[in-house]
Amino acid sequence: MWVCARRSDLALVLALASAAPALADVPGRVVSINLCTDQLAMMLAAPGQLVSVSDLASEPQSSSMVAEAAAYPVNHGQAEEVFLLHPDLVLAGSYTALATVDMLRRLGIPVVQVPPANSLAEAVAQVRTVGAALGQDAQAEWVASRFEASIKAARITGTRHTAAFYHPNGYTTGAGTLADEVMGLTGFDNIATTAGVTGGGVLPLERLVMAAPDVLVTSEPYPGASRAEELLTHPALRAVQGKAGANLHTDADWVCGTPYILRAIEQMRQAHLALDCHETGVENAMTCQRDGP
Amino acid sequence: MKVLLSLSLVVLALFAASLLVGPAGLSVGDSLAALFRGEGDAIVLVMREIRLPRALLGAMVGAVLGLSGAAMQGYLRNPLAEPGIIGISSSSALGAVLALQTGVAAMLPLALPLAALSGAGIAVLLILALAGPRGGAMALILAGIAISALAGALTSLVLNLSSNPFAAMEIVFWMMGSLADRSMQHVWLAAPFMAAGCALLLTIGRSLDALTLGEDAAASMGISLVRLRWQLVVGTALAVGASVAVAGAVGFVGLVVPHLVRPLVGARPSRLLPASALGGAAMVLAADVAVRLVAPDQDLKLGVLTALIGAPFFLHLIWRLRGAEA
Repeated sequence: MWVCARRSDLALVLALASAAPALADVPGRVVSINLCTDQLAMMLAAPGQLVSVSDLASEPQSSSMVAEAAAYPVNHGQAEEVFLLHPDLVLAGSYTALATVDMLRRLGIPVVQVPPANSLAEAVAQVRTVGAALGQDAQAEWVASRFEASIKAARITGTRHTAAFYHPNGYTTGAGTLADEVMGLTGFDNIATTAGVTGGGVLPLERLVMAAPDVLVTSEPYPGASRAEELLTHPALRAVQGKAGANLHTDADWVCGTPYILRAIEQMRQAHLALDCHETGVENAMTCQRDGP
Repeated sequence: MKVLLSLSLVVLALFAASLLVGPAGLSVGDSLAALFRGEGDAIVLVMREIRLPRALLGAMVGAVLGLSGAAMQGYLRNPLAEPGIIGISSSSALGAVLALQTGVAAMLPLALPLAALSGAGIAVLLILALAGPRGGAMALILAGIAISALAGALTSLVLNLSSNPFAAMEIVFWMMGSLADRSMQHVWLAAPFMAAGCALLLTIGRSLDALTLGEDAAASMGISLVRLRWQLVVGTALAVGASVAVAGAVGFVGLVVPHLVRPLVGARPSRLLPASALGGAAMVLAADVAVRLVAPDQDLKLGVLTALIGAPFFLHLIWRLRGAEA
């Protein structure tokens, strides 16, 4: 029931793009050159305020807002093209395109750098940061508070299951990451965190096999071949997937700490509830019917 | 015979070590019970699906590299001949990468080893044409460097143009080789080609023996030089091509191993060939155990270790050769 309620929350949050702009100190022409600020800006900016988003915003593998991004001219994060758009404000990430950011600042263009969110609290704070930069504080506050409430409501207490992220080259995410917190929130113990991985790191296939997670979250393969992704079809990994209660794929919703992370959270919650049903049998048949896959 | 037996024992010991070393840190008893009797759920997977193919491929790749190195050195009568140095490995890597990136390998798994051994075959023919059967060390090495550089550049180009963001990062794998996370599928894919290649190369021992007396003497003893040449080309292409298709280009094994076993079995090719195969298997198995001990959680490339041993050795050989030519 409240699963549905939170879904509509997300819809509300996302429907806000068309709300009215605030008055004071509003930059008229905003250019975003970072995938994550692209999406936050598209959610929060007043109509006409956002002039351009980065090319990544229209990549379905990395962006949750491909359809929205189609309405904006694309930039490639190059100082020259950004400068020619005459922005009053540039939104950028804190690690990428540093040379571009330096150049733009030398040219007298204000740049707001938004660090990647490593926790849900940071993700919420980011909404407010970008909202403040855009001069859309009230709207950002509304989105952020709904975002916060939805996160709170999604928490699963009680039975813990194990889960692991497994990406090409055996890359996984452990303690101190947004993805790890999503796992913790939805009642999972992250195998990588237990194995001592902090941030991103490599978990050898052997150790993943030995840990035998209840849920395995892998990534969707890119087109073309690579040995890195061939690992995801290794017979041993296939066996782990066969034994796991649920196998999920990470998608664009996992990439940034935008409110779209709520969809990823929901996906993990469903996996947890399905595992609970599987274990308790018919005891909780009502819940299982409602929340089951 | 004694030497071959003791080399076999060394290979067996290293094969066992390869099975028992790994990041999961399993006990010897559990590992063996899982491997042979299938006891323990996850451990069986680790032993049979991850470590066994790795150990098998280590032995197979090493054997074909050592063997083809010895065969090429015998045929070219040149101590610097080796599939890696003269560009055969990088050419088969180019073939393999083309098969993977065009999607042919995804439709037809056999296309991968076939493309790799075509690349290897073309390179051997080019080398023989450029350096000639009696070409000096310089001509051979220069031709090899040119072929190696061209194949390497084309491999990088293909991987950089790939629509897959991970492909470009794999240039290192194709240049250095690795046995990490290979499966039994790779063993089955490579084994028939490697076996055929080895069979061909092992039969040319007698002919190579005769060739040590010079081409005219060999011909007068009834050795068909044309046939020998084709056996070498096809054998090397089969063996090295299949090896590179599944494990990348592991360098210097074919160079170092024949020189190491020569003092044990003597310089006669017919005795050197099987000993080099065993020596190569031992070297690659040892290197693969070492990469897991040095950096258990990272995929340290096999070629890094073999080059660390092989490159100084190569310099030493050039130094000695310079003294001989002067």
